[in-house]
Amino acid sequence: MADASYPAELLYHPEHDWARVDPAHPDTAVFGITWYAQDALGEVVFFDPPEVGSTVTAGESYAEVESVKAVSDVVAPLTGEIIEVNLGLGDAPEAINNDPYGDGWMVKVKLSEPSETEGLMDVAAYEATLS
Amino acid sequence: MAAASSDTALRRTPLYDRHVAAGAKLVPFAGWEMPVQYGEGVKAEHLATRATAGLFDVSHMGEIATSGPGAEAFLQHLLSNDVTKLQTGGAQYSVLCREDGGVLDDLFTYRLGATDFLTVTNASNHEKDLAWFQQQAAGFDVEIEDAHSRYAMLAVQGPQAREIVQALADSPLPDRFTCRHRMLRGQRVLVCGTGYTGEDGVELLCDPADAPMLWTEIVKRGAHPAGLAARDTLRLEVNYHLYGNDLMESRGPIEAGLGWACKEDTGFVGSEAVRAVREAGPSEKLVAFTMASGIARQGNAVVGGGEVTSGTMSPSLEIGIGMAYVPAAMAAEGTELQIDVRGRLRSATVAKKPLLKK
Repeated sequence: MADASYPAELLYHPEHDWARVDPAHPDTAVFGITWYAQDALGEVVFFDPPEVGSTVTAGESYAEVESVKAVSDVVAPLTGEIIEVNLGLGDAPEAINNDPYGDGWMVKVKLSEPSETEGLMDVAAYEATLS
Repeated sequence: MAAASSDTALRRTPLYDRHVAAGAKLVPFAGWEMPVQYGEGVKAEHLATRATAGLFDVSHMGEIATSGPGAEAFLQHLLSNDVTKLQTGGAQYSVLCREDGGVLDDLFTYRLGATDFLTVTNASNHEKDLAWFQQQAAGFDVEIEDAHSRYAMLAVQGPQAREIVQALADSPLPDRFTCRHRMLRGQRVLVCGTGYTGEDGVELLCDPADAPMLWTEIVKRGAHPAGLAARDTLRLEVNYHLYGNDLMESRGPIEAGLGWACKEDTGFVGSEAVRAVREAGPSEKLVAFTMASGIARQGNAVVGGGEVTSGTMSPSLEIGIGMAYVPAAMAAEGTELQIDVRGRLRSATVAKKPLLKK
């Protein structure tokens, strides 16, 4: 597993989830879990993706991720409709450990409440919660 | 400082410092602070054990020494297997039953001499087993000793395990299901041809003071330190039972598929109940299953009756696997099961044991 890292361009939810909002398309975002979350989980062995077209609600679970010993809910940082899921995690769920901000992304969402981004943390605020 | 009390109550094996040095993640387990995994991770430890050799600290497991003129008769009274068939230098698996046939523990017993036996207990059951042994001893000319503090226990498992341990030993290692005292690097060790992974290998019962030296020598020769998490995935691939998951006081050995370790004619405690279940046929059976997708976990309900008692992602097979008690009518190989995994039904298929064929 790579060393701890928290990219500056992401927004963070207190349940250790991130959102990447593309400035060119501020109504869509990609979600995943943070380095801290994958480290706490341990080796991820299964990701159960939601269906494209289903809705997700900020602060609520939208998927499950399983490590060798435990199952954990993945919480949506923002509200919207899922427009894409990372099918690559079906065969390679370990990408969530190895590359949590890249190949380990989970879903792409069309945001219904883009203003919710104001309620998320920037990297400095998130890192402060970890110390 | 009250918050520290639960931590300080945890016991540490003589290998604690080795675990810390090897980057172990230590967790509480049955009152012990045990390595659940090391830096390489569970999957790597598991696959290394299958491919080369894994080294496990199982010093949390207990030992009960039974000796005296009545030792054989006493163990024949308590243990489900036929102890008179156990030769000096032999190893025998059995279960310990209540009068009603419920399983108190599953155990390996080693015969060290005509009147000298050593029984290895599960850590979580050690005190209970010891009390049961003592309570049942009335009328037998036998001495029962809690031998836990006399031993540390290391398991070396995998295709290269014997070769690694042989290099430390003064004479050939005992065959599978036998045990012998050997000098390893000058120290007297009880070497047992047993294990819990489905691999060839040995378990070493040694003086606690010698355990760190043995650990270092074995690692130096290429065995990978492996934790409790890998031990669990390894045993589940070959469908060995884990007490507290797949065995419990509320179910008997026949239901668990352990009829082969029960010899009711010996008249062991619980034999009448076990015989009745064997003759009538058990109403439920412990089956192995593979998942179509996802992972079922302990406690998940099986549609139509029954429950999952162990479930994990198999690192060797790369699918979800597990064991479940199901109604006897659903126990045949190939039966499709629906398992309620946190509110979502997932398909599984009853499969032949062991799930992993060597």
